[in-house]
Amino acid sequence: MDKRLERILPRVQKPARYTGGEYNQIIKDKEQVELRLAFCFPDTYEIGMSNLGMSILYHTMNSLPFLWCERVYAPWGDMYEEMKKAGIPLYALESGDPVSQFDSLAFSIGYEMAYTTVLDMLDMAGIPLRSADRPGLLPLIWAGGTAAVNAEPMAPFMDLFVVGEGEEVDNEVMTLLRDAKRGGWSKQEFLVKAAQIQGVYVPSLYEVQYHEDGTIAAVTPRDGAPARVTKRIISDLDKVPFPTAPIVPSTEVVHDRVSLELFRGCPRGCRFCQAGHVYRPLRAKKPETLIRQGIESLENTGHEDVTLLSLSTSDYRQLPALCDGLLEYCEPRSIGLSLPSLRADNFSMEIMQRLQKVRKSGLTFAVEGGSQRLRDAVNKNVTEEDVLHTCSIAFAGGWNTVKLYYMLGLPTETDEDILGIAEMANQILHCWRVNAKNKNRGVKITVSTSCFIPKPQSPFQWEAQISLEEYLRRVNLLRSAITARNVTYNWHDAETSLIEAVLSKGDRRVADAIEEVWRQGGRLDAWTDYFSFQRWMDAFKTCGVDVDFYAHREAGKDEILPWDHIDVGVRKAHLWHEREMCYKSKLSPDCRHQCSACGAAKLLEGGIKCDE
Amino acid sequence: MSEKLRLRFEKTGRAVYISHLDLMHTMQRAFNRAGYRLKYSEGFNPHPQIAIALPLSVGAASRCEIMDFKLLEDPDLAELPARLTAAMPEGVRVLEAYEPSRKVAELKWLRVEGLFEYDERDAGEMAAALADFFRQEQIVITKKTKRGMGETDIRPAIRESLFTPGDKLVNITATISAQEPTLNPELLAEALRQLRPELAPDFAKFTRLETYDAEMEIYR
Ligand code: SF4
Repeated sequence: MDKRLERILPRVQKPARYTGGEYNQIIKDKEQVELRLAFCFPDTYEIGMSNLGMSILYHTMNSLPFLWCERVYAPWGDMYEEMKKAGIPLYALESGDPVSQFDSLAFSIGYEMAYTTVLDMLDMAGIPLRSADRPGLLPLIWAGGTAAVNAEPMAPFMDLFVVGEGEEVDNEVMTLLRDAKRGGWSKQEFLVKAAQIQGVYVPSLYEVQYHEDGTIAAVTPRDGAPARVTKRIISDLDKVPFPTAPIVPSTEVVHDRVSLELFRGCPRGCRFCQAGHVYRPLRAKKPETLIRQGIESLENTGHEDVTLLSLSTSDYRQLPALCDGLLEYCEPRSIGLSLPSLRADNFSMEIMQRLQKVRKSGLTFAVEGGSQRLRDAVNKNVTEEDVLHTCSIAFAGGWNTVKLYYMLGLPTETDEDILGIAEMANQILHCWRVNAKNKNRGVKITVSTSCFIPKPQSPFQWEAQISLEEYLRRVNLLRSAITARNVTYNWHDAETSLIEAVLSKGDRRVADAIEEVWRQGGRLDAWTDYFSFQRWMDAFKTCGVDVDFYAHREAGKDEILPWDHIDVGVRKAHLWHEREMCYKSKLSPDCRHQCSACGAAKLLEGGIKCDE
Repeated sequence: MSEKLRLRFEKTGRAVYISHLDLMHTMQRAFNRAGYRLKYSEGFNPHPQIAIALPLSVGAASRCEIMDFKLLEDPDLAELPARLTAAMPEGVRVLEAYEPSRKVAELKWLRVEGLFEYDERDAGEMAAALADFFRQEQIVITKKTKRGMGETDIRPAIRESLFTPGDKLVNITATISAQEPTLNPELLAEALRQLRPELAPDFAKFTRLETYDAEMEIYR
């Protein structure tokens, strides 16, 4: 180990997250590989090691014999200071080698607040931030993850983005890079060729022109790059490799367990939800596949918990069969099975009682809108009866904590809708009084609100966000309406949501402000410990980024949106239709009842149909 | 169910940064991975019955860690070390497994090796001065106790110590009290920082080498 590192590790909090050496890490001989890839997660080890996507891609990329993919996370503040003082550059966990020696850095970017950390990690590695300032082929700096559905704010920093699911396309990009390195291609040659791979977006091959009013006039591709970049997906999830020997952290992380992904996509179509649209079409794994992968993973990791992940786990058709199969293995071994995102509307008593045998946690409902009218308008198919029915079963079964999540500022929301939130909390309290077996333990109902953020590639992509003042007014309205002692109200501040709105709806001109925030010391902005609203607002001002234009302006129907040249499958016309349905307070059918031909099914290959 | 069993293991390299609590968790998972089923305690919140004898501080290495545990079935003790080691993170190596005949309370002394790094000072001079310092009859330092800061004489907890100069460092071997009182070897460097800062090393690290009982017989 590096002598300087050895001296600082005993001084920092939780040093085990900076050392590597965990069970199941992949070690290769660096002399024997042609490409070294630093797979960077722009947040802490604890968050990154809990990310299933990162774990999958670490293994799929390492399946390439010519490549060694290693992990890199962002150090916490104390470690960051120590590394700066000691002159230690960013290094990869497996080998401990400085990232500056690598051929490529790939960032997994799941949320906008990670943008400054991406820049910081490049800087800690001693790599120029902007693609234009890196003339050579190597190191190739690229990114994937949800942020790629609107790559524009980070476009100047990245050589390329991959849009969609990475299992195949990442390996194709790395294979092309190997060929380029062997053949001594220029960066330009490589990027032009890479742009021909489906799912690869090379921002430098697209020129953006603007109207006088700041909206986009045209986005023009060159050198044969496609006019629209189509997202990549895996059509058959039963056939795609899934790592059943994931790395087991030697220190505590956020999700310290085996995660199984039941399906990708979501049949629901909540209109505010980006994930529900950009991960379409709907594809499920077979229960046999999941049971096999679950058991193998448990045996290979020694984990004592397994969790079922997906956007709406309880929509998995064979959930009972899957739970049966897993519980058969888990119960005799005291392994816990958890289902994080059960829905209020089809929470089955049977499943709940079976899980109860193993472990019991609180009930969580994402209700989102305070009234039925508003929930219909945003296509959130949850009714008060569903919630109360589920609660009555749960209270009778001994549960006594309920968490309710809402958004304030959804399109068409009125004060009446907001007061409906307090009303529902009271109803649940009443339900507990009627149904609870043991009232001595009391009940705890928590209502949380956050400020709605309009997201690209969702039906609300044209919407304006409410102002900070308006959010606070709505919070206070709700606060005065919640009076019961057993009901707690938590509201997230809207300042972060405002910055997120600018970043998620931003175009390339926002990049300067991101860099400015980083220059002023911004990093790990997803953490309240480090986030500074003022720093962002100052940077927007310095760089001439108009917050109102990006966050509080409603876009026109025919306006070219900054992300229109990224095709995630769902048609723009479908999104617009969904938005119109919102203003009529009308529900759209769930994919399970009727396909609304959203467009995502065109991505499927090999005769596979959506949601088969 | 097995009788109480004892494991001796090493914790070196990158594993020295795994904290005591995390190591317990790591052990639990390593047993699972190796296909051994630990016995759990009864009760509302069952936890595996494993006990690591002397918690090691983060950053310190050891070639003589001791952990007691129980399994649900009788294992083949001869094959256990290799099988368990294969399921460990880098740096943890199981040396042997056996049915212990002695209580952990009988473990009295630890032999430790220390490396005191001196970036700018002469190692030979330092080694001689260190030997003088630790030969004193009393070494009273201020340290955190259960009742706030207090004065402690650490000298009786040091049975013997030897200082050998090397390249920009002094190699220390010492026999120190393992229990009642427990002397964290880090206090050897701390004593210098408090009493003779000019002898304090730029960096110090320690490795536990061997366990002894009150009669200085090897403890197992
Ligand atoms: S194609 Fe039809 S079934 Fe598939 S995600 Fe779109 S709307 Fe749903």
